[in-house]
Amino acid sequence: MFRTSRKAGSRKAGRRSPLASVSLIALGLMLSGGAYALVSSSTAVADTASTATQATVEEGEKLFQANCATCHGLDLQGSDAGPTLIGAGEASVDFQVGTGRMPLQANGAQAPEKPVQFTEEQISALAQYVGSVAPGPAIPEDQYLDAEGDASRGAELFRVNCAMCHNVAGAGGALTEGKYAPALTGVTPTHIYEAMVTGPQNMPVFNDANLTPEDKRDIITALKFQENAVSVGGHPLGSLGPVAEGLFLWIAGMGIIVALTVWITARSN
Amino acid sequence: MAQDGQSTELTASGDHDEVETLSPGTAVVSSDAVRDPGLPPHRLRVTDTDPKKAKRAERVVYTLFYLSLAGSLFAVAAYMAFPIIPEDLLSVRLNNMFIGVGITLALLGIGIGAVHWGKALMHDHEAIDLRHPVRGTDETRARAVEIIQEANEESGFGRRSLIRNTLIGALVAFPLPAVVLFRGLAPEGEDPVELLENTAWEAGTRLARDPDGTPIRASDVTIGSVFHVIPEGLAEMEHMLEEKAKAIVLLMRLKPEDLNEEESKKDWSYNGIVAYSKVCTHVGCPVALYEQQTHHLLCPCHQSQFDVANHAAVIFGPAARPLPQLPIAVDDEGYLVAQSDFKEPVGPSFWERH
Amino acid sequence: MSTTTEDRPAPVAEKRSGGVTAAASNYLDERTSISAVVKEFGRKVFPDHWSFLLGEVALYSFVVILLSGTFLTFFFQASMVEVEYDGSYVPLKGVEMSAAMASSLDISFDIRGGLLMRQIHHWAALLFVAAIGLHMMRIFFTGAFRKPREINWVIGFVLFILAMAEGFTGYSLPDDLLSGNGLRIIDGMVKGIPLVGTWISFLLFGGEFPGTAIVGRLYTLHILLLPALVLLFIALHLVFVVVHKHTQFGGPGKTQQNVVGYPVMPVYAAKAGGFFFIVFGVIAFLASFFTINPIWNYGPYDPSPVSAGTQPDWYIGFADGALRLIPPHLEFVLLDRTWSFNIIIPLAALGLFIVLALIYPFIEAWITGDKREHHILDRPRNAATRTAIGAAGLTFYAGLWAAASSDIIATHFMVTMEGVIHTLQAVVIVGPFIAYFLTKRICLALQKKDREIVLHGYESGRIIRLPGGEYIEKHEPIDEYQRWKLVSYHDYKPLMIRPNSRGKISVGQKARASLSRWFFEDRIAPPSRGEIEASHGDH
Repeated sequence: MFRTSRKAGSRKAGRRSPLASVSLIALGLMLSGGAYALVSSSTAVADTASTATQATVEEGEKLFQANCATCHGLDLQGSDAGPTLIGAGEASVDFQVGTGRMPLQANGAQAPEKPVQFTEEQISALAQYVGSVAPGPAIPEDQYLDAEGDASRGAELFRVNCAMCHNVAGAGGALTEGKYAPALTGVTPTHIYEAMVTGPQNMPVFNDANLTPEDKRDIITALKFQENAVSVGGHPLGSLGPVAEGLFLWIAGMGIIVALTVWITARSN
Repeated sequence: MAQDGQSTELTASGDHDEVETLSPGTAVVSSDAVRDPGLPPHRLRVTDTDPKKAKRAERVVYTLFYLSLAGSLFAVAAYMAFPIIPEDLLSVRLNNMFIGVGITLALLGIGIGAVHWGKALMHDHEAIDLRHPVRGTDETRARAVEIIQEANEESGFGRRSLIRNTLIGALVAFPLPAVVLFRGLAPEGEDPVELLENTAWEAGTRLARDPDGTPIRASDVTIGSVFHVIPEGLAEMEHMLEEKAKAIVLLMRLKPEDLNEEESKKDWSYNGIVAYSKVCTHVGCPVALYEQQTHHLLCPCHQSQFDVANHAAVIFGPAARPLPQLPIAVDDEGYLVAQSDFKEPVGPSFWERH
Repeated sequence: MSTTTEDRPAPVAEKRSGGVTAAASNYLDERTSISAVVKEFGRKVFPDHWSFLLGEVALYSFVVILLSGTFLTFFFQASMVEVEYDGSYVPLKGVEMSAAMASSLDISFDIRGGLLMRQIHHWAALLFVAAIGLHMMRIFFTGAFRKPREINWVIGFVLFILAMAEGFTGYSLPDDLLSGNGLRIIDGMVKGIPLVGTWISFLLFGGEFPGTAIVGRLYTLHILLLPALVLLFIALHLVFVVVHKHTQFGGPGKTQQNVVGYPVMPVYAAKAGGFFFIVFGVIAFLASFFTINPIWNYGPYDPSPVSAGTQPDWYIGFADGALRLIPPHLEFVLLDRTWSFNIIIPLAALGLFIVLALIYPFIEAWITGDKREHHILDRPRNAATRTAIGAAGLTFYAGLWAAASSDIIATHFMVTMEGVIHTLQAVVIVGPFIAYFLTKRICLALQKKDREIVLHGYESGRIIRLPGGEYIEKHEPIDEYQRWKLVSYHDYKPLMIRPNSRGKISVGQKARASLSRWFFEDRIAPPSRGEIEASHGDH
């Protein structure tokens, strides 16, 4: 959608061309067609999700065999290349595949976030398949994802349980041997919740006995508050704390000052 | 060519040629050195030669001063126009920015204006000051010596040695009470070593969640979990923060086969659940970063790493000692409890620790 | 004070008939003798060079710190009494925190312009220490610490340390999570000091860490004792600047006996006075557009949480870095006492580094044995060994400093944290030697190039074909003013030891001789008149 509307803007500049009207019509068709396709596909997802569960699981199984079984085993039993997914649960699949971490592109210290490889319905099918083999953490319910809980309590829980790895401002931080806790800005509430219940990679699990669903809702609320809040002091410099501030002072602040000292002492011509 | 600087006889007269007579040490003083050509001819500025340019510079300067004036007024106006509305972060942002912009403008206007005035319009001929040696002239020094001798004579400071020495003794002694007074900085009747060796954990104290203080059941702790733990009832304790600073614990559950325990501490864990002090043995930061697959704990302050699977031994970083382990058990209701206090002091090392 | 500018009559207040200004001047002078001050200082000359303004940046940032800090004291409560926060920042509402933290939040969120003042104060503090650092580098690399200014170097060095202490005490006042963990580190470090550590920590915190006393105590230090000391040392520093008169770079007409520059009134007053407003303006600009120390993100101090990326402000970074670079297991129990060498080694290394830098002027003076006053600055290349030593020291410092951000380097450059630390350990140990040799070679090469230019002129870029078909580039001689800049420097020879009156060579003399050899072995003497004349015609 975004791309097509940008195209419209660039076409405007070329209105004098004899092809202008033709391309405008074509564009109109593309736009309306695209919109139609989008609407119809989203309704299709809703349909399949509600009705054809068995079909979805089979679809998921096919996708799994084609894309995941090499590492995780044909029966989810795992291999040297990947852990077992028995009991991993739908939440785990939705998180790993939905943030693009899986399928893994290359072996490294940890699986990085990258562009998502599957459509929403494919991810859902995969999740349902894995969930159907053995029970595990389920996709969180919407009531805990609205980010309208108690931000103050959430922030406190976040500081105690999460900030040591992810930084108080959710800017991320380093772990051992090249691993890292990723930044939390721009992560959807669903994925945050799923990460807490499943403990992806080296992140510990925060089960419901540790942080209740209500606690998790509060944490999401605090994160979303921080993410959407205006940075009152001005540019936050990456929320990385004194290192970023010191670097900025030396480079920008000192840079300006030294440039000015040169100007002040340079002889006027 | 002097080779050494041992001779610093104060022979020179007061004039500034005297500098030459001081030893140059190992410096090479060449008789064939290039001669100073003297100050280069003065170069005029465009504002000196072109009245139009001078006029323009003048305009720039007073415009900058006007701008500064406007900036100050703008800051005052911004103070009123952008008040802080409670709980509205945007209002704080705007308040900060607009008052700041006004003040910045006011300051830079004055500053840049004044400097430009100085550079472009003020009289531009370089001036020369003559230096004089920092040491006083011989007469001054002679007189100073004389004064001190006279004072010595008149007071008998050098002669009456007992008076002098007792005075020095008294002066040395008189700040001593101040040193003693500073003992009051810390409460009396308390021994820091004893305090450091004990924490709020006792046999039977339940392990509770930080910050809520709700107790934890062994069944709550699934594999891969990490709980941030405080002793139950911490909130009611008298020195809550001081106790918390020593009593914080990290609770983890590993697969029992992953856990390599020391023989003497086999019964300190429960079903793969282990509890370690969260205070780094280096300088005391909370060692709270737990990697559930490698079972490594990382301190975010100085990057010490501890291997939980291997009784929290140090595997990297400046720390020297493993994290102290809290022996735990399960009570009748299934809650995790401490078997006792830590068996060794927690946190950073201190002199009296052994 | 004799100046060679044209003599304009100074506005001395003896004329009665001159309107209000004259009357006021007269009134004042009859009571204060101000005319003598104007006569003494009004035409005092200051040389012009951009690097001479760095000390002023430090001074002006300190003034800004005093102004903004005073504003902050009107609102800040230096108390660790627990209160429930009820201000405007939603994610902290209802949270228990100290009054110090709550009042800092109120300054930030509920007082108009309060956040601006906090940010001005903090940015100015960072700039203050940074400007002192740059100023010290300028002094070091130009040799401005030589006689008669050795003591002023020491005074300046004390100011640098006081500035760091000011910074650290201020950083700790809001009692937020970041600074609280900083204090926790200080506590742990202090406890590691043999014999007295435990008790120093106990006295400092008024009992066990964190206690309820530390913020109030640091506040007294921060706003009373340390600023008073800083002011005192600044005053001393400036008195000596007046007594010694400012140094100047070598150049035509500039000698050891004069100062060439602009008089205080009016040019220097306009430039330096204007520069105060510029420095203040730049700080205000930073404070308006860039967040610093967002304590609301960190939350109140609590011994349990910690944030990834917990670091001190930049000027304490080198100490934090030193703590990080120590390899594991350097702690022993000996004689029933704990010896924390993981603390003692960095403390001792930093102490040694600081002391060496502090006494460097005296070491160099001893080696050269030069008792003359030095008012003409060295170009760094002309004191190759000193410049190389400075580069080595900076590399050591920079390695420690970088180590304080090892985790952030690891995440931002996608490398392992362990790799960063091992690399920086190497940088801190081997780096200074590499920096030393590289810098020395570069300095000597530059000196050779200068010599080349003086003797054979500069490359004009014009290629000439000789009758024999050979191509050469024409070298143009440089004018005598530029030449003077290149040849007017002091040159030292290694010390030759001579037996003393009893025919012996003392150990001290031997040490001095070997140090002198180290310093001046690779000397490149400035071209003499004879050499220049001899070189004419052979380019």
